[in-house]
Parts: sequence; C-alpha cells; structure tokens
Amino acid sequence: MHPALLGLVTIIVGVGGCVGYFYGANVFLDKVLFPAKGPNAGRNINRANMIRPWVFLFPALVALGLYLAYPVFATLRLSFLERLPGNEYAFVGFENYTKMFAEAKFNEAMWNNVLWLIVVPAAATGFGLLAAQLTDRLSWGNIAKSIVFMPMAISFVGAAVIFKLVYEARPEDVAQIGILNHLYLLFGGAEPQQWLQIPFWNNFFLMIVLIWIQTGFAMVILSAALRGIPEETVEAAIIDGANPFQIFFKIKIPQIMSTIVVVWTTITIATLKVFDIVFAMTNGQWQTQVLANYMYDKLFVADDRGMGSAAAMIIMLMVMPILIWNVYNARKEMR
Amino acid sequence: MDAIAGRKPIVVWALNISVVLLVMLWLFPTLGLFVSSFRTGDQITASGWWSAMFPAEQTLQIRAADPDDARVDLGNGVFVVEGNIFGDEPFAGEMSGWSTSSRTLGANAPGETFDLGDGETFTLNADGTYVWQGNDDQISGRAQRVFIDATTPPDFTLNNYAFVLFDEDNSEGMAKAFFNTLTVVIPATIIPILIAAFAAYALAWMDFPGRALLIAAVVGLLVVPLQLALIPLLSLHNAIGIGKGYLGVWLAHTGFGLPLAIYLLRNYMVGLPRDIIENAKVDGATDFQIFTKIILPLSFPALASFAIFQFLWTWNDLLVALVFLIDASGQTTVMTKQIVELLGTRGGDWEILATSAFVSIAVPLAVFFAMQKYLVRGLLAGSVK
Repeated sequence: MHPALLGLVTIIVGVGGCVGYFYGANVFLDKVLFPAKGPNAGRNINRANMIRPWVFLFPALVALGLYLAYPVFATLRLSFLERLPGNEYAFVGFENYTKMFAEAKFNEAMWNNVLWLIVVPAAATGFGLLAAQLTDRLSWGNIAKSIVFMPMAISFVGAAVIFKLVYEARPEDVAQIGILNHLYLLFGGAEPQQWLQIPFWNNFFLMIVLIWIQTGFAMVILSAALRGIPEETVEAAIIDGANPFQIFFKIKIPQIMSTIVVVWTTITIATLKVFDIVFAMTNGQWQTQVLANYMYDKLFVADDRGMGSAAAMIIMLMVMPILIWNVYNARKEMR
Repeated sequence: MDAIAGRKPIVVWALNISVVLLVMLWLFPTLGLFVSSFRTGDQITASGWWSAMFPAEQTLQIRAADPDDARVDLGNGVFVVEGNIFGDEPFAGEMSGWSTSSRTLGANAPGETFDLGDGETFTLNADGTYVWQGNDDQISGRAQRVFIDATTPPDFTLNNYAFVLFDEDNSEGMAKAFFNTLTVVIPATIIPILIAAFAAYALAWMDFPGRALLIAAVVGLLVVPLQLALIPLLSLHNAIGIGKGYLGVWLAHTGFGLPLAIYLLRNYMVGLPRDIIENAKVDGATDFQIFTKIILPLSFPALASFAIFQFLWTWNDLLVALVFLIDASGQTTVMTKQIVELLGTRGGDWEILATSAFVSIAVPLAVFFAMQKYLVRGLLAGSVK
C-alpha cells in the first residue's frame, strides 16, 4: 500500500477507533453494564461514575505504561545482561557499567556532557533574560522577539547545516565563505580555522547551536514573568534612588527566581538528551562525544545492547534529580 | 531599568543598538543558508553569501571555444576562432579589464587586441565577443584561457530548488523524503491529541482515588529521556510483528508525546470555570456530553498549542525515525535523515545542502510564524504557573 494512503487509513482508523472506543465504552457502561433504571438505578449510577474515569484514562495509561514506564525497567534489566553467541543473554551484574567506566570514549562523553550541562542552560537562560529585558519596552520589541524565538521551529539537523556553513573553512588563498572565518581574518586572525576540529573548544562551537535554539524559549517565558512583576515594587525602588542595574538585579531577578529555575531545568533536560547536533556535525569525532550519541553508537553501530542500555541508564540517572524535584513541586501545588 | 531608559536619549540609543546586534546574531546564520540556497555552486565558493546582495568584483576564468571544432580557415595558414566568451546568454556584468595570464590580471582594456607572440592575437570586447587568430599550430590543442575582471550584479537562481525537489534523475532529492515526513507527522500529531484530551478531562474534572498519584506520574514521565525507550520498544515492535515502519513510528510518537499533551491539556481544563460544568451536570448532562460539547470546544487554544508542539517535534525529529522507521531499503527515509546523509556525501556542495535544509525548515517556519500566538501560550502553560 502507498504510504500516504496507509497514513490516511491510519488517521481514519486511529481517530475513528478512539472516538468509537470512548463513545462505545460510555454507552456500554450506561446502558448495558449499569443501566440507570430499574430497582438499582441509584447504585448503578454511582458505580458507572466510579468506572468512567478509568474508561477515559485507559488508552492513555496503556500508551504511557508501554512506551515510557515499561522501557525504563526493561532498559535497567538489559543493562545487567550480556549477549552471548546464539542470541542468549546472561546476567553479568555491573560488568557493563565497569567496562563502560573504563572506556576512554565514555569518560570523554561524560565530561563533555557535564560541560554542556554547565554552559548551555546558563548561557541560554542568560541570553533569554537579556533579550526579554532589552526588548520589553521597545517599539519593535515584538519583531525582535519573533526573530530570536524563530530557531525554536528549526530542527537540530537544520541548525547543524546552518552552523556548518557559519563554521566553514576554506584554504587561505581563496575567499572565505564561512562568516566566522571571514570575521576572524578581518580582525587579524592568522589563518582560517577548522572550528569543529580544535579539541576542547569545538565543544563550545557545538553548544552555540543549542544555545541559539533554546534562547528563544527562555526569552518567551522570562519575558512573561518580567511583565508579571508588580509595577509598585519597581516604582518604589526608583523613588528610593536605585539605579537601573540595582533595579534589575535586586528587584526584578529575585521576583522571577522560580521561573528562572523552571527555565533552567527545562533547558537542562533538553541538553542532557542532545543527540542530533553532535550526530550531524561531528558524530563524536575530535573529542566531542556526548552520552546520547555514545549510547546510539553502542546500540546501533557496535550492536552492544548491554552497554548501550547502561549508557541510557546513566542519562536517566542524571535526569532523576530533576524528575523528583518536578514531581515534588507538582504535588505541593495540588494541595 | 526600562522606566528610566525612556528619559535619556543615549540610553535609548544604546538599547536599540544592542537589540539590533542581538537580532542580527540570531538572524544571520539562517539568512546565510537562505541566501546560499538561491546561488549557484560556483557563486557560493567564489564569495561569501553576505556579498551576494551587492554587485561583486570578480575574476572570471573562461576558455574560448575548442579550436579543433570552432576554428575557421581564412587561407594562407591563418586560422581564427570567433564567438562570445560568455556563451549564448548576454553578459549582465561590466567588464573592467582582461588578460590571458593569471599573472597579469586586468592588463588589457575591453576592445584591446593582445599580442600573444609570434603573430598570435586575441581581441576581447566588452560584450564578450572575441577574435582569436593565429597559425595552424597556435589555433589548435587546448583553447585559450581568458581571465576577465568584471563587476557582476547580484544573481539569484531557483535552479537549486528545481533540482532538489523536482529533478526525477536526482536520487538524493528531497521530494520523496518530504512526503515521507508528512506521512509520519500527520497521524503522529492527531492521534495523541484525542487520547490525551479524554485523559486530561478525567484528571481535571472527575473524582476518583489515585488521581493525584496519576498526575504526579505524568509529571515524572514528562522528563524521562526517550533514549531509554529505544531498545525495549524496538524489540517489542519486532516481537509483535510491526517491525520498522510507519505504524511503529506513529505509535512511538504517540507514546512520547502523551505526557506533555496530558499535562498541557489538564492544566488548561482545570482553569475552565467550574460553574459551566456544574450547571451542565445539574441539567443532567453526562460526563461524555460535558466533555464533547463543552470542554473540547473551550479547550481549543490548548489543543492548538499542543498540536504545534507535536507537529514541530515530529517534523524535526531524527532519532525516533532512525530507530523505528528507516529500514535498510531507505524507502522510508525522512528529511532530517536525508540531510544527515547529504552532509556526508555532499559535504562541500553547499548549494545542494543549503537548499535541502531549507526545504525541510520552510514548513515548520511557516507554521511557527502563522501560529506563534498559540505556541507562546502553550509554552507559558507548560512551564509557568
């Protein structure tokens, strides 16, 4: 079957199936299982209302359980197994982990990820805050915001191509077509640089791509938070003779601190999972490996499910504090 | 800061200039790719994209027509090759000088006749017509090279797009990948919305034991890295016979999109006025009726927000497609994968790379600018309360 036709059929079957399920299950509940008439009408209505939430939730619970909750445990289990010849698996305890920790490429990925986690959320939140504050009262502020926000819509792969052109290096005697090398030579650089092949610093050139994408997100949210600050607090500070920097750092920032934390953690999660950028731009060469790409390499290039799963568990472990913190906050709010 | 900034012109100027700089920093990378996609490969390698908007001073290196085919015997051992150095199309630029050697660039003015030695002459006019004359020996073998200094006007072409999108012979074209991406995206956007809407309603407005726990679980699942899901789910798909293909990728995107969908929609639905729902209940409406007739229409902004998120995410995704969709045959490749391939095989051909990348970026950008309002609203609902 042609994929487009298959897609159409899937939409019809999927949407139809969902609507049919919800409608049918309700009718079944009200008319067949617990009809709201006869001697037990009252009891039946109560029972139907007890079951109905689970009817509404059932498809979502199945999908969430199967596609997100189950894999966490399955991956945990896989990370303790080793594949033997003949598609058999044997329990090896923490051997995958110890083997992985001894690997140079893993340590490189680990340290690079730590670097990413320090730099990207800080830079993206900082630039976002700066952009939000600067554009706030500008007549053309909304246009400026749109442009800074625009990279949100661009795929990591698209951004990788965009920045490969920015970083492009050509031999010294011909015209430079990458704007970075053009500016570098213009401002007195000796010779064109292969920016993505300079160990350690190339990590930062990759991070710029993610910062470029995430700043818009930070800006939009922080801009809304800045506008939510009560005018009186700022006015009182002006009357007391505070200068603009004092107002910004001592009056505004403390009031939006909780939003800054939310933005920071959200970008941290995105940074932890970064895969496409490294995969498309360097594929981990020149000491730019990160955990998600290391894991992909182990799973699909080296075909080592044990170590790949162990690497995935490391990512999960690093997400864990944020996960717990989010759940804790959500529960606190509901009370 | 802004309250004070309004008073001093110099501060206003500084503010405007710094925002202009910021905007340029964010716009230029994309602009470079956009401009490059309208230039030929030669133009891209000859000069940076930033100079493409202005007339460019260039040295063109062109050969005269092949003497073995084009020479005319004038008798007495004199042969001549005549024609236009720029071919059939009229030259749009302005020639400032020319030379037959790279060491004496611009030595001759247009219209001048240059003596190459031993009676061999070359005449080049400003419109590109030339006369190359000499004896049998001289007018043979390889054609004469000419270096022309010229100012060429900005020149843009749509040929790259024609080649990338519509050329049937181009095995690396984007047309197929474009439709594959579309095939992945549409069901993967619609199906989770429906499932999530019902669940969100139950979590927002129905009372049952375990509700708080389920909401907490959804919040927790929001941040579970999908890296963990790859191997167990691929094994599962293989075990139940789905294997790699569209069905698998639709299911995977549905599963991965659900936590955000439920979370966003529940947050929105909780904020709807309680009176409406209670009045409807008093009037005898069932939960199913309340949901379809009241909640769903009122929740349109939240539904739109999530639809945009899911659309952007599935359109731009690479990892899920690599793992769950693209098999060895390569028939089901999506645009992101195609671009990564091109980065490997066509690393230096910027006209192909830029155009292919822009084809894949164009649709999300259009959606972004058309629906920005809903996207911002969704972001705010998703992370700030």
